[in-house]
Amino acid sequence: MSKRKTERLLGLVVCLLSTRRYLTADQIRTAVPGYPEQDDLFKRMFERDKEDLRDLGVPLETGLNHPFDEDPGYRIRQQAYELPELRLEADEAAMLGLAAQVWERAKLAGAAAGALMKLQAAGIDPARFDGGDERAAGPGSAGSGSAGSGGSGAGGPIAAGIQPRLGTPDPSFGSLWEAVRDRRPVTFSYRGPGRTEPQRRELEPWGVVNRNGRWYVAGWDRARAAQRVFRLSRIVGPVKFSGPAGRVTVPDGVDVREMVHDRDSSPAPERTAVLRVRSGGGVGLRRNAISAEPDAEHPGWDVVSTRFTEVDWFADEAASFGPDAVVLDPPDLRDAVIRRLKGALA
Amino acid sequence: MTALVTSTERLQRLLALVPYVVSRKAVGLAETAAAFGVSERELVDDLNLLWCVELRSPDPYCPIDLSYEGGEIVVSQAESMGRPLRLAVDEASALLIALRTLGEVPGGQDRSALSRLIAKLEAAAGEAASASSQVAVQVELPGDAEKVEKYAAQVNAAQAAGRRLHLRYYVPGRDEATERDVDPMRLLMVEGRPYLEAWCLRAEGMRLFRLDRVLDLQVLDVAAAPPPEAQPVDIGQGLFRPSPDDLRVELELSVAGRWVAEYFPCESVSELDDGRLQVVLRTPDMGWVRRLALRLGEDGRVVSPPALVDQVREAASAALANYVA
Repeated sequence: MSKRKTERLLGLVVCLLSTRRYLTADQIRTAVPGYPEQDDLFKRMFERDKEDLRDLGVPLETGLNHPFDEDPGYRIRQQAYELPELRLEADEAAMLGLAAQVWERAKLAGAAAGALMKLQAAGIDPARFDGGDERAAGPGSAGSGSAGSGGSGAGGPIAAGIQPRLGTPDPSFGSLWEAVRDRRPVTFSYRGPGRTEPQRRELEPWGVVNRNGRWYVAGWDRARAAQRVFRLSRIVGPVKFSGPAGRVTVPDGVDVREMVHDRDSSPAPERTAVLRVRSGGGVGLRRNAISAEPDAEHPGWDVVSTRFTEVDWFADEAASFGPDAVVLDPPDLRDAVIRRLKGALA
Repeated sequence: MTALVTSTERLQRLLALVPYVVSRKAVGLAETAAAFGVSERELVDDLNLLWCVELRSPDPYCPIDLSYEGGEIVVSQAESMGRPLRLAVDEASALLIALRTLGEVPGGQDRSALSRLIAKLEAAAGEAASASSQVAVQVELPGDAEKVEKYAAQVNAAQAAGRRLHLRYYVPGRDEATERDVDPMRLLMVEGRPYLEAWCLRAEGMRLFRLDRVLDLQVLDVAAAPPPEAQPVDIGQGLFRPSPDDLRVELELSVAGRWVAEYFPCESVSELDDGRLQVVLRTPDMGWVRRLALRLGEDGRVVSPPALVDQVREAASAALANYVA
């Protein structure tokens, strides 16, 4: 890190914040220490600095003080710069403390820490929870990795309920978030379930959805001219932008949660399976059983009834108990288990 | 410790530091350093840098005046830097998505506080908040949701009272119900599954228990007494960290069996022809892999170790014999 650059950028922000009039590049060079004398060097450095400030979200405005001015000037309007007044009740600040931990080390963890730093700067003290990760609780966690609060150990409040954590293990998450945020179309290779080769897809992404821990992207598949949902873990290689920002319009009434939910849920009705399960075995099958009775004709075995919806899923489960479980009914389930066992033997 | 921080990252900290102090009138060095996750020395460097900012035009002047005498920071002049910079799109999104995720988890948080906070943040973030609606998080409790919620409430009650828990817990690898006493640390929802993280007295270590595999849970009339080494595990590093003593298992998966590589952490994954995969897993539990192989049927084949290959064949042929009989 360069201390001189930090000083210069800080001076630039303060300078532009404290002016009502637009300041030209030359006026800025005179006011802010640290810029070089040479014109071309200054120009390049000033361009980079403007870029850096815009990346940080500093609302840098360009304009003319008079219609006849030749060079454009710059300023930062206080009102556009400042976080609006924000007052939180104690119970709200407690939620903020919990939210700060949700992203753990995932893709947006740094952004969450940045937000928390600004809220703290606005005078808010988010609660820190016992049993949480210190690292995730402090705003400095984004880059510095040094210990945050001294709040670990006994004495802190206990977070109620189950604390959610969001991971972003899929490398495509970052690009897809940017695409959704900036409304840009993308292309990627996708290996659909059961496909031996990945296929090229071009998508207008409408939203990113995490459903029960797995990430999906939903949108308009251009080649197929249809709504589609893709699972991020099945994307092969990089996601590339295939158009400029603002090119994607999310149609009214689209609910990406519904799109992912519909794809994921099976409308299959619940059915009853009857199994012969070895006494003392098949504990996992008995957990959700409706009934379990000793089998009169087969000593050492019980007859267990349980509910299931998907044949394939339950056949996997039943087969995994090997010689400790035999499916008696229904026949399609029984056949599916036999098929698996033969497959394991092959 | 010298962490690698870019100029712009440090600038962000400096821009937040002034309002942090201003909004609190006066604040201690140590407390501020802790809040920003820096050492006191780094903080003093920051303060000196702020104090030294100088503008030269029209007349030279120092826009920021501050002191930290006696370990207490006071900003007497902040010019136009008295308020923090507004939230960037990614910042507002990260926070709002996290808050909505908290609201998704069943049996969880104070809904009223959550929705009030979300509304305030949306208002404060303005336009920067809108992108967050393009990301949604849905959480459904697996298994018997009512039971899981009941256990979660019991764990919270035990934590509040500082009590130990007794668990009847299902271990799928051994297809066995186990009994153990644990001192609860926290409840987590990771990758769509609810976990109790606790100090297990039987294993003498931190363990993650899936709430949907708890068969029974009782709050004991015994005070929880976890040893000092009982600290929450860094979930960000992955839920399961294989140990070098674990069994090394090599599997060949068909296209339909590729899900294995998505569900379980693999030491290595290599593509074979026709979309098949070769994966290497580490597990302390041979029973678990045997059951996995039976489940996979023709979609998975154990390559090694040979003992496991034999076990799978034996189990499959014994199971098939049951169907013929």
